Amino acid sequence: MALAKPTQDATDARLDALSIPQDAGWSLAARQEALGRLKLMGMPHRRDEYWRFTNPADFNAVAPVAAPPMDVSDEKPLYEGMEQLRIVFVDGVFDPEASDDLAGEGIEIARLAEAGRADIHWARDLYGLLEARGQSPVDRPLCALNTAFATDGVLIRVTGKVSRPVSIVYRHENATSDAILHHVVQLTEGAELTLLETGCVAARANTVLETDVADHATFHHVRSQGRNHDRRAATAGFARLGRQSTYKSFTLTANGAMTRNEHVVEFTGDDATAHVAAAAIGDGADDPFHNDDTVFITHNAKNCESRQVFKKVLKNGAVGVFQGKILVKKDAQKTDGYQISQALLLDDDSQFLAKPELEIYADDVACSHGSTTGAIDEEALFYLRSRGMPKARAEDLLVLAFLAETLEEIDDEDIAAALNERLAAWLDRHAS
Amino acid sequence: MLKISNLHVKLEEEDKQILKGVDLELEAGKVHAIMGPNGSGKSTLSYVLSGREGYEVTEGTAVLDGENILEMEPEERAAAGVFLAFQYPVEIPGVGNMTFMRTAVNAQRKARGEPELNSADFLKLVRAKAADLQIDADMLKRPVNVGFSGGEKKRNEILQMAMLEPRMCILDETDSGLDVDAMKLVAQGVNALRDPNRAFLVITHYQRLLDHIRPDVVHIMSNGRIVTSGGPELALEVEKNGYTDLLAENA
Repeated sequence: MALAKPTQDATDARLDALSIPQDAGWSLAARQEALGRLKLMGMPHRRDEYWRFTNPADFNAVAPVAAPPMDVSDEKPLYEGMEQLRIVFVDGVFDPEASDDLAGEGIEIARLAEAGRADIHWARDLYGLLEARGQSPVDRPLCALNTAFATDGVLIRVTGKVSRPVSIVYRHENATSDAILHHVVQLTEGAELTLLETGCVAARANTVLETDVADHATFHHVRSQGRNHDRRAATAGFARLGRQSTYKSFTLTANGAMTRNEHVVEFTGDDATAHVAAAAIGDGADDPFHNDDTVFITHNAKNCESRQVFKKVLKNGAVGVFQGKILVKKDAQKTDGYQISQALLLDDDSQFLAKPELEIYADDVACSHGSTTGAIDEEALFYLRSRGMPKARAEDLLVLAFLAETLEEIDDEDIAAALNERLAAWLDRHAS
Repeated sequence: MLKISNLHVKLEEEDKQILKGVDLELEAGKVHAIMGPNGSGKSTLSYVLSGREGYEVTEGTAVLDGENILEMEPEERAAAGVFLAFQYPVEIPGVGNMTFMRTAVNAQRKARGEPELNSADFLKLVRAKAADLQIDADMLKRPVNVGFSGGEKKRNEILQMAMLEPRMCILDETDSGLDVDAMKLVAQGVNALRDPNRAFLVITHYQRLLDHIRPDVVHIMSNGRIVTSGGPELALEVEKNGYTDLLAENA
């Protein structure tokens, strides 16, 4: 079927400006297939069901909107003092000087940019695979674009229980940087890994993380997207879960003119667990703030538990979007699916748009969902103020309390505490 | 300490006058009690003095140290030394009781230009004061008032009062929802804070609280005014004969 003309035009213009890296090596076939998928779907459009609340124009544009980098040198690095294997990207470009040795026990790490060195690689069979699986029933053209044109990314194969987290640190230094990064994580049977992602990737970023979690394996993903104001980010995490495996992903976002975070999770083995959570705070006073979480969880195995916890604090015309779907296939009996999305609106100008969806074909499941939008509790605010807290401080305390439930989704207490401290510091800075 | 003059207050949302000219002078070192039937305006007086929204002061002043506190924000009144022990302490899920108290104490110290307490000093102080009120470590760790019994909530109010060391303490029906033992404990906490430099305004329906917190002056409030004032014996009279006789006498 031919694409509608505006979509065709946008797609042609975008593709004209991009090219598959010359030394694509083993990744070439997957990239070409992804390009084929993208040409069939076209770039996203406001008319598309899953782009109704978020305008994809900034992602479709040939050149990114400029975003001045933010000086965060006065911030102490997140997870300081914690053992970690650091991999640093500056505006989407690998920084070998700032990065650790890409090696460790029970773990193999390579870079996508070095794919040209070999025709055969463990990642060859996985690169783009989960992204392609995630294209049905909902088109995700930005992700196909990512697979086709990614310039770099981290390829991680985990074969043991790795205690030292892999920590991908992003730095944004160039106001017009445009990054496309594609990471692949493979956890073999019984393997364990924590992946940290920290910071603003670029002025405009398109990142994909594919995670294949084999039977009995455990993957923790904790991401902090920084507090840069003008940046645009489209991210997608695709995960496939084997039997009795665990997948937990948490994202903290402050500011950001445009954020679209997608999660596509598929249970293929019985008795597995997937938790996806996020906390976002945005103030639209000086810069726009649009924050969209779009989640699709497919239960295609028995007795699996999925849990989505998303909270947003919105102020001064900030916009929050949540689109969360739980699809339970016919044979996915004993599914336990839970979804909650909540927004705290600090004024009348902000808005929260939520679209919770359940589609259930099995007859013996427990699925529930809820979505709430509310203002700050005036009684609580007065109580705090009557004890001497200035209004802004009291509000911050209530904001932290509201978001606390999402941070509780992080298993590692040190990581959760570090993020909570970071969040409190951000609020403090904002109030003063 | 606090001089309330000709205070008129109406509800913001509707045209209903609640206080119709309250005059009250609360001296340092003294405990004043206000009694009165339901709807007489007792709780409104406490809310207006602490700065709760929803009320409009149409006339009058409440002057503390030469300043009309009615023109201040709630947090400024707190820093100036006004404290209200709530009739219904608010539950705040997600905010730890300890974090709450430390933030409050330090916000007030900051507002007064005093150095903030570090966590170790704060901890030592709060533990000592909590022990006096039989508040255990668990109650300090839990979210503010969440899952607290009625007695625990009121003890937590008194603990805050002890930590913040206000000069003008207002207790709004602190006896409501308390059994005799809990009331004694709360009263002990209040009595421990009695001080020549501190004034108390105790609002209550019943005389029984005043058996434990002995007032110096008792006022009877009705229909938005103080109708009569006297010594502790006035409270006993209310207990014996109810408000009806008393109000008839002063009509």
